[in-house]
Amino acid sequence: MFDLVAFIPRAIVQGMPLLFGCTGETISEKAGSLNLGIPGVMYVGGICGVIGSFIYEQSCSGDLNPFLAIFIPMVACLAGSLLMGLLFSVLTVTLRANQNVVGLAMTTFGVGFGNFFGGSLMKLTGSSVPSIALSKTSYYFSRTLPFADNTGWFGKIFLSYGFLTYLAVIIAIVTAYVLGHTRTGLQLRAVGENPATADAAGINVNKYKYFAICIGCMIAGLGGLFYVMDYASGVWSNDAFGDRGWLAIALVIFTLWKPNIAIFGSILFGGLYILHLFIPGAGMAAKELYKMLPYVVTIIVLVFTSIRKRREDQPPESLGLPYFREDR
Amino acid sequence: MSKINKEPLLHITKRKELPMSKTWAIRIGAIIAALIVCAIVTTAMTGLDPFSVFGTMIYGAVGTERKVWILLKELAVLLSVSLALTPAFKMKFWNLGGEGQILVGAWATALCMIYMGDVIPSGLLILICLAASIICGAIWAMIPAFFKAKWNTNETLFTLMMNYVAIQLVAYFIIIWEVPKGSGQVGIINQSTRSGWLPYVGTNSYILIILFVAVITAGMFIYLKYSKQGYEISVVGESQRTASYVGIKVDRVIIRTLLLSGAICGFTGWMIVSGIDHTITTTLAGGRGFLGIMVSWLAQFNVIAMIFASLLIVFLGQGAGEISTSFGLNQSFADILTGIILFFIIGCEFFINYKIHVRKKSGKEEA
Repeated sequence: MFDLVAFIPRAIVQGMPLLFGCTGETISEKAGSLNLGIPGVMYVGGICGVIGSFIYEQSCSGDLNPFLAIFIPMVACLAGSLLMGLLFSVLTVTLRANQNVVGLAMTTFGVGFGNFFGGSLMKLTGSSVPSIALSKTSYYFSRTLPFADNTGWFGKIFLSYGFLTYLAVIIAIVTAYVLGHTRTGLQLRAVGENPATADAAGINVNKYKYFAICIGCMIAGLGGLFYVMDYASGVWSNDAFGDRGWLAIALVIFTLWKPNIAIFGSILFGGLYILHLFIPGAGMAAKELYKMLPYVVTIIVLVFTSIRKRREDQPPESLGLPYFREDR
Repeated sequence: MSKINKEPLLHITKRKELPMSKTWAIRIGAIIAALIVCAIVTTAMTGLDPFSVFGTMIYGAVGTERKVWILLKELAVLLSVSLALTPAFKMKFWNLGGEGQILVGAWATALCMIYMGDVIPSGLLILICLAASIICGAIWAMIPAFFKAKWNTNETLFTLMMNYVAIQLVAYFIIIWEVPKGSGQVGIINQSTRSGWLPYVGTNSYILIILFVAVITAGMFIYLKYSKQGYEISVVGESQRTASYVGIKVDRVIIRTLLLSGAICGFTGWMIVSGIDHTITTTLAGGRGFLGIMVSWLAQFNVIAMIFASLLIVFLGQGAGEISTSFGLNQSFADILTGIILFFIIGCEFFINYKIHVRKKSGKEEA
């Protein structure tokens, strides 16, 4: 029988990196910046967290301080992703370079950065451990809520996750609220829809873009951190993160730029990713076809929204377009 | 109003066209600056002095005859992808699907080689593979083009998604074709019969590929510059409204151009499987679909400049690869260096297109 109680938690854990990436990308896209560097940013976020906690674990011989064990990787991850965000904003907003080109270059760079340090960290720091396994740090990241074990199926489905999972959901809800119901969100969306009008209304377009891109990248970077520390139990292996960054971008389209829908969307995508494990008789080959489903569904959504042309379902009007006041 | 309107210190205006010599001076300056940063990064990682870093890089790229051939092969493949993406790009159609189009081309080639390898003579099989890969690549590109032309579906996102559909499709077939079962690899296809393999010229397996790409380069140069269709592409790229006003059927141009773009990508996939790898993997395109976009962009759609842009990127890749091997670092080091160089070149375009004026104040200058 299809084991729903086992399936849902695994789908959620698969989905959370996507949710982080998707929320981050949504913020950025709502401000009109199509950041195709998100897959790279997620790698950088992940590896920066790894570097931070690796150095901490190496320098600390006894037990880890629980606060520092979480704090150091978090800060390292956020700082790394912030730098990537700044790079993207300087190049696209200040230097007015093309967003797609910069984004793709950032993905090349970021994936290379992650794999390089993932493969060379031991050599560079001259440490003797054979591979990066941060199980001590991961223990703190993946600690479940206290009463998860004795509340039966309810505990398994809702309480058996590390704190980053809840953080992802909270960030998504807050983002949805801020984008939809606050003045800041309104102005942000105005920048993404029509920057010239927003500018005329006295909104500082560049400031909004900078903040949206940087905050978006920081949130996306957490997705990388979640993947290593929680999902992969602290073990970094090169290219293991795979195409999840692109899947996050697909999720943005699939959820029509709505982070609150993305919570369910990410679980759905995560579920499709591991569905083959739960379907009896599905061979290795069929597994690859199941993994294709999220992309196919996204394409269908993309096509349907463009055919139906409902205004609220459209991408931000000036998505991907540069804005220079002097050019008008 | 309590706020005093501050005059910004810097103000930016758009330049008129700079003379060729100056734009290239800026670009070369950016490349040099990028190389310096790369040298610093490499030195920090390996502890080498910067000059021997460059020495190692040059050795890695062109040190031996074999390395020169590998460099030329890589150049040919990347250039072929870049050329494929250029017409679409010039039309302002973001074909980010090069990766997928190469893969389906490679898939079609592998399919024909595996199922017809023993039945059909090699020469004919090569032609069948070629036709199949071109058709598949073209279809893969045409799907997003059709929706773009018909309903203005966002092509950037559509083509991007098509890459992963292609990757999973190939992953599916790799498991069906894998030898031995359970290895997850197809292995060298038709290793004993060499059926469907591009013939070697003498002992050299790369010359044919390089020649093919040289022909495509010349063809694309003429197509974009002198043909009616090439002209239509640039009109549609400048303004779709102008294009339809002067009687160009925009949707037809979009679909036709993408058929061409996808066909050349498929052709590249064919070259890789039939002429180089003789096997198929999901990573066979190796990010070239994306690198090709950057080459095309850096060269500003100029076919000749594209040769140099891809040479730069391939040279760096091979050189950085050598650094990683000789210092036991990870191969991805090349990606980091490529990234740094790209950021600099992308950034320098700003200084080509815009001029910065520092505003001089009449009164006292603040520090």
